[in-house]
Amino acid sequence: MYKILNAKELTTNIYQMEVEAKRVAKSCNPGQFIIARMDADGERIPLTICDYDREKGTITIVFQIVGASTQKMAALKAGDSFHDFVGPLGCASEFVSEDLEELKKKKMLFVAGGVGTAPVYPQVKWLHEHGIAADVIVGSKTKDLLILEKEMEAVAGNLYVTTDDGSYGRSGMVTQVIKDLVAEGNHYDVCVAIGPMIMMKFVCLLTKELEIPTIVSLNPIMVDGTGMCGACRVTVGGKVKFACVDGPEFDGHQVDFDEAMQRQQIYKTKEGRDFLKAKEGDTHHGGCGNCQ
Amino acid sequence: MDVLKKTPVREQDAKVRATNFEEVCLGYNKEEAMEEASRCIGCKNNAQCIQGCPVAIDIPAFIGQVKEGNIEKAYQIISESSALPAVCGRVCPQESQCEGKCIRGIKGEPISIGKLERFVADWARENDIKPEGAAEKNGKKVAVIGSGPAGLTCAGDLAKMGYDVTIFEALHEPGGVLVYGIPEFRLPKQAVVAKEIENVKSLGVKIETNVVVGKSVTIDELISEEGFEAVFIGSGAGLPKFMGIPGENANGVFSANEYLTRSNLMKAFNEDSDTPIMRGKKVAVVGGGNVAMDAARTALRLGAEVHIVYRRSEEELPARVEEVHHAKEEGIIFDLLTNPVEILSDEKGWVTGMKCIRMELGEADESGRRRPVEVAGSEFVIDVDTVIMSLGTSPNPLISSTTEGLDVNKWKCIVAAEENGQTSKEGVYAGGDAVTGAATVILAMGAGKAGAKGIDEYLRNK
Repeated sequence: MYKILNAKELTTNIYQMEVEAKRVAKSCNPGQFIIARMDADGERIPLTICDYDREKGTITIVFQIVGASTQKMAALKAGDSFHDFVGPLGCASEFVSEDLEELKKKKMLFVAGGVGTAPVYPQVKWLHEHGIAADVIVGSKTKDLLILEKEMEAVAGNLYVTTDDGSYGRSGMVTQVIKDLVAEGNHYDVCVAIGPMIMMKFVCLLTKELEIPTIVSLNPIMVDGTGMCGACRVTVGGKVKFACVDGPEFDGHQVDFDEAMQRQQIYKTKEGRDFLKAKEGDTHHGGCGNCQ
Repeated sequence: MDVLKKTPVREQDAKVRATNFEEVCLGYNKEEAMEEASRCIGCKNNAQCIQGCPVAIDIPAFIGQVKEGNIEKAYQIISESSALPAVCGRVCPQESQCEGKCIRGIKGEPISIGKLERFVADWARENDIKPEGAAEKNGKKVAVIGSGPAGLTCAGDLAKMGYDVTIFEALHEPGGVLVYGIPEFRLPKQAVVAKEIENVKSLGVKIETNVVVGKSVTIDELISEEGFEAVFIGSGAGLPKFMGIPGENANGVFSANEYLTRSNLMKAFNEDSDTPIMRGKKVAVVGGGNVAMDAARTALRLGAEVHIVYRRSEEELPARVEEVHHAKEEGIIFDLLTNPVEILSDEKGWVTGMKCIRMELGEADESGRRRPVEVAGSEFVIDVDTVIMSLGTSPNPLISSTTEGLDVNKWKCIVAAEENGQTSKEGVYAGGDAVTGAATVILAMGAGKAGAKGIDEYLRNK
């Protein structure tokens, strides 16, 4: 069992939990993820590592309610436990193993969208701890849905917040901010974009034009997370890769986003139905269009 | 009783079982087992059946005890050589091993050794008989990676020799392929697999789940920081192969590994499970091995019309004859001499069909089997909504790529000596599918045994 030390709702439908997992905390690095199960019958859910504390032996995860399982998970409180918590899975971000002096010469831009802010945070924090100030763009639909702003501010070089509705920070999509920053004379050697698939796709289209090499982190459907099932296969540069072991980070200019987005739909109708059923309970009357 | 024929074993009716996940074969009762045992002529010297058994169970001796009705004694004889008799009695390819060598089989049918082993193991479990445990602990720590057949056997043998053994398992449940791969209707998980694992634990073996060696901890760390003096790698062959044909990433194309893991490990066949599985209406399973049969029979039980698509003819099917027979009885359709060339999908990426080409058998290739060749212009489309690729698996590089000094061959299989499992790295032994590539449960168990012997010799001489 893996004890939850802290649990809180960051904003509507986005939760943060600090979980005791000594082996994971000892060996994880930015870019990696974990898989958790709530109970003996639970689904294996891949989750982002938002932070880790090697001394305390804890991992901080952040997740958004997207279906029946994450809905159940959101109800867990400090003192409760996960039945299973395995990791770290996937490869660490490339910069972790790069020569530090070389890395210091590079100007990095991170682009985070929505809950994607969580996996960006440990990367920017790692760089900050190694004396590198990276610029960060955080995009959110609206002011209330923004997460980890203070935490990010503490580790980022320049932090640019933008909201789709203009309720806070700059106004508009993250792609607009990238354009503006470049137009203002900023030069970037590398861009790391993590967020909804559609955001990553458009960031990549833009950075390709701007000739900024871009890394994205994919979160496709997976079961075991160790290369066994192949559910997470994605096409990168015309080759089939498994996101769980070859990724989750890939060269964004090579990723077939349309296929990746299609593949995310495989269990959506079923998951959506289960979610509605769980939410509506006895009052569920087939409003999802799929139930009898 | 006809001494030339096996005592028939009771099975669930094919029509009934095609709709449930209960075990197909019901096994012998004591009376039937004793009757079958009485057919054994009890070869004294050089019994061929023992030579056909990868873990060298003293088969004539245990059958002799069954003949007399001494089932507990029979169990202790089997336990000396095998940690998983209830599993082996169910999934071993006996026809090409012990039973294939049985003298009785020269004229008539061989002794039903597998069914007898299964009966003895089931009887012991029902009567709460445990295998005999370790003599004295020697305090030496050995790590075993993977809790499949190789790992469990190696751990059990080492524990019996007095070692302090910890198994590290990547998934949340121990058992490896016995749990994620082989379906419930062939190998019941709670009643059989979990109980045999309990028996291994009762020998003193500890199992730590949720540890991905190579990620959570490395082999070098296990040795230098956690005090393990030797390591056995039994991490299996978990990576699925795909064909590399167009459309293979369409929604509705799965590896057999994914499909079976969802159903077996995650219990998705059960409507109450949180893990979803696609219940296709018409399913094509590509491949002809035991895993293909398992995937096909699972899809059938989930309500689909199922086709096995295989490029050679029935004679070359690599699956066990018994599995093919069961699959046919249940209504699986065999599209032989047929090979997929493309998966077709609609504008949203969902599978709508599979384009195939007819094959014919040409000259024999290096494997001695006749090579299938395409019949020009014979393309046709099978209308399916789900495709399950069951083309074999290869070893996972997670461990070999994170362990310095561990040699692998060009197929990424760990190089290890057959007789004792020794690898290129001192104190590290390996066996099972991680070394041979995908093979059988019993061969992995044989390798686990050899590894235990190798580790014991190494640590006693260290």
